[in-house]
Amino acid sequence: MARVVFKHAFHLNLKGNLWDCVAAMKAAVLIQRWYRRYIARLEMRRRYTWNIFQSIEYAGEQDQLQLSSFFSFMLDNFTQLNGNGPDLISQLLDPLVDPWLDRETCYNQIHVPESYTGPRLSFPLSVSDTSALLSAFKEQQTLHARYALQLLYETKKLLKQMPNIIHLSTSYIKDITICGDLHGRLDDLLLIFYKNGLPSADTPYVFNGDFVDRGKKSMEVVILLFAYLLLYPDSMHLNRGNHEDHIMNLRYGFTKEVMQKYKTHGHEMLQLFQDIFSLLPVATVIDGKILIVHGGISDQTDLDFLSSIERHKVTGHRSVLQTGKKNEIHRRLSSQQQSEPKQEPRNAQSELSSLLQIVDILWSDPKTQEGCSPNTFRGGGCYFGPDVTQRLLLRHGLQLLIRSHECKQEGYELCHGGQVITIFSASNYYEEGSNRGAYVKLGRELVPRFYQYQVSRSTLRAAEGSALRALKEKLFAHRCELMAGFLQSFLPSGSVSVSEWAQVLESVLRLDLPWRTLRPHLTRLAPDGSVDYPSCFEDMGPGNPLPQVAPNLAETLFRYRTDIEIIFNIIDKDHSGLISAEEFRHTWRLFSAHLGVDINDRAIDDLARSIDFNKDGSIDFTEFLEAFRVVHKLDSKDQHLSGKMDGEKC
Amino acid sequence: MAGRKQSADVHQKIRAAFDAFDYEANSTVDVREIGTIIYSLGCFPSQKDLHDFIAKVEEDHTGYIHLDKFLPAMTKVLQEHKFPPISEDLLLQAFEALDKEKKDYLDPEELTKYMTQEGEPFTQEEMEEMLTALADHRNQIHYKDVVSQMTIKPDK
Repeated sequence: MARVVFKHAFHLNLKGNLWDCVAAMKAAVLIQRWYRRYIARLEMRRRYTWNIFQSIEYAGEQDQLQLSSFFSFMLDNFTQLNGNGPDLISQLLDPLVDPWLDRETCYNQIHVPESYTGPRLSFPLSVSDTSALLSAFKEQQTLHARYALQLLYETKKLLKQMPNIIHLSTSYIKDITICGDLHGRLDDLLLIFYKNGLPSADTPYVFNGDFVDRGKKSMEVVILLFAYLLLYPDSMHLNRGNHEDHIMNLRYGFTKEVMQKYKTHGHEMLQLFQDIFSLLPVATVIDGKILIVHGGISDQTDLDFLSSIERHKVTGHRSVLQTGKKNEIHRRLSSQQQSEPKQEPRNAQSELSSLLQIVDILWSDPKTQEGCSPNTFRGGGCYFGPDVTQRLLLRHGLQLLIRSHECKQEGYELCHGGQVITIFSASNYYEEGSNRGAYVKLGRELVPRFYQYQVSRSTLRAAEGSALRALKEKLFAHRCELMAGFLQSFLPSGSVSVSEWAQVLESVLRLDLPWRTLRPHLTRLAPDGSVDYPSCFEDMGPGNPLPQVAPNLAETLFRYRTDIEIIFNIIDKDHSGLISAEEFRHTWRLFSAHLGVDINDRAIDDLARSIDFNKDGSIDFTEFLEAFRVVHKLDSKDQHLSGKMDGEKC
Repeated sequence: MAGRKQSADVHQKIRAAFDAFDYEANSTVDVREIGTIIYSLGCFPSQKDLHDFIAKVEEDHTGYIHLDKFLPAMTKVLQEHKFPPISEDLLLQAFEALDKEKKDYLDPEELTKYMTQEGEPFTQEEMEEMLTALADHRNQIHYKDVVSQMTIKPDK
């Protein structure tokens, strides 16, 4: 202390007053302490917000597992369905056209009106075409179906020539840039091109899967990627991700986006996308030293075997439906064989292992614990430990694994002692301000350099608000169960303590979150310090006036709305938005039987009749689903909080 | 009895804050996160306070801190109110002390001089962050507005 005062007596002081110096110094310390604490608190909130998003996302993936088990359930009840209702099975599990085969096409005959001011591509593509696409998309224009279709056909032709694993060399080029998940974020892609340069012979790229779904511009992203692929097939490389899959697209938004942007030709495009996705290579290797795959590896991963399989045949339409359900695959394959000429049982076995190899590559996640275990969160692929990584790298003479598939706050993360890099390129993935995006560059010395960005720097508040909203929706979706749990704690003692409240939430929602810390955002305290648990649900209410339904039916429909939407989309083959009332009833009965939800037939019939607005026997299910959206009554409160905790109830 | 329940609650709070940074789920956190954890529990330690605290709980310079040592030490801190919060009034006085010309705001240069040369100096990064956060469109730091906006209520 004395030393510091002495220093200041010499340096600071304009008035020659020692007292002033001491005051200034004390003031400075105080302000510094206060400010450092403020920043630390922000960091803590950022971390909690992040945890909420991650937990909910993982829970969402688990729901998807439920969907695939529903399909298995339907498979099991195949014979029952056959006699008793519309043939949903064949609709759901249509053995699709072999992706390899050429589809009938007539894009040449599509008329492009004079009034169309967007790009008119000419094949083979040139730089002026890709420039035109870039400008058009920056101006929010849509590429005309005639050119989009031709682009897709040409892409499919090109991909047929590619091997499962692409081998690249740095000997002719300076640096290779590797990007992770984009998920339809056009802004991020444009930012990468801006900072790093457009793809060219001198600027090679590897895009590591998940180009589509979730973001609103998946079509534009994928058109640009394919255009550059056609233009520079030796410098542009695309790996398949787990979202390059039509069932995922049905759930996570790509299908809807395509149908909305291309009402007439969307169906044909979606079929082409299916073919293209199954024809995308699954891995890239640089200089025989660096392996790039979308998800990860398992202890079964064998790159030589992976090179040898026919990737389009193996995954075709199956990859997601059967992830994690090995028995079902086997059963389905053997039942298929009954209708086809007798094949050797060995085919089924090797087809199964080929499928699993690809599923592992697309879906696995690294973990710190050693060993390899099934990835229960995702419903497919594995959790692989540092020993699995080590073994694989050793076996194939590799030194590094680059993968994507998981959102990281800083856009990238290293693990397994630096042997695994996760690279994620969609910034603000969950919400404005949630995370940065990144890409990695490798030169001849193969030392990775990371570049981060964030499309728009925004306050923590938006991300936090969004996370809390999502969490509140989860609470609302399980209201009956939660209330039952709270009552159990309430009845013996006449109050619910914060611990008891937290316990109920933990056991019903099964989300590993710091509930006690989040408590002020979710519920009020009574004057005696116990939890006023009904206040959990105060903020949320139904959107549009609901058709007359029992409360727990409404809650169930809300909870499973995403899954229900997928099933409807599958049944509605021509994507008209309408299904017959009969199909609706049948599907719902099956779904509720599978879930074990006790909804009586009468309630469903009433529901079906009440939403058949035209009384013509068909249901507009978009309207139906809209009815079960909930609104957050206190949304306006979010606006005027500056630095204070969002919507705190104390 | 009430005392026991209270300390159980305190333990829970500390654990929750600790867990947020326990990435490997093995009850250890990086020593560099300790400041954030302590701040989030409602305390306002100075850098020196932090240094002293860390010296007591760090595992032999490994760079990690185990929950076993952190929990009792932190419990003591909370129960003895060791690093009490700074009230808005005191903070305002501090800013006023720096505002020699009594103009009700500080220029970035003034603030920078104090923050980077006095007390427990900021790094350049911290300084830049603070200016970005506090300076208004006229590039002045109107501390009266800033203080009320940025005071976060303690969690119950």
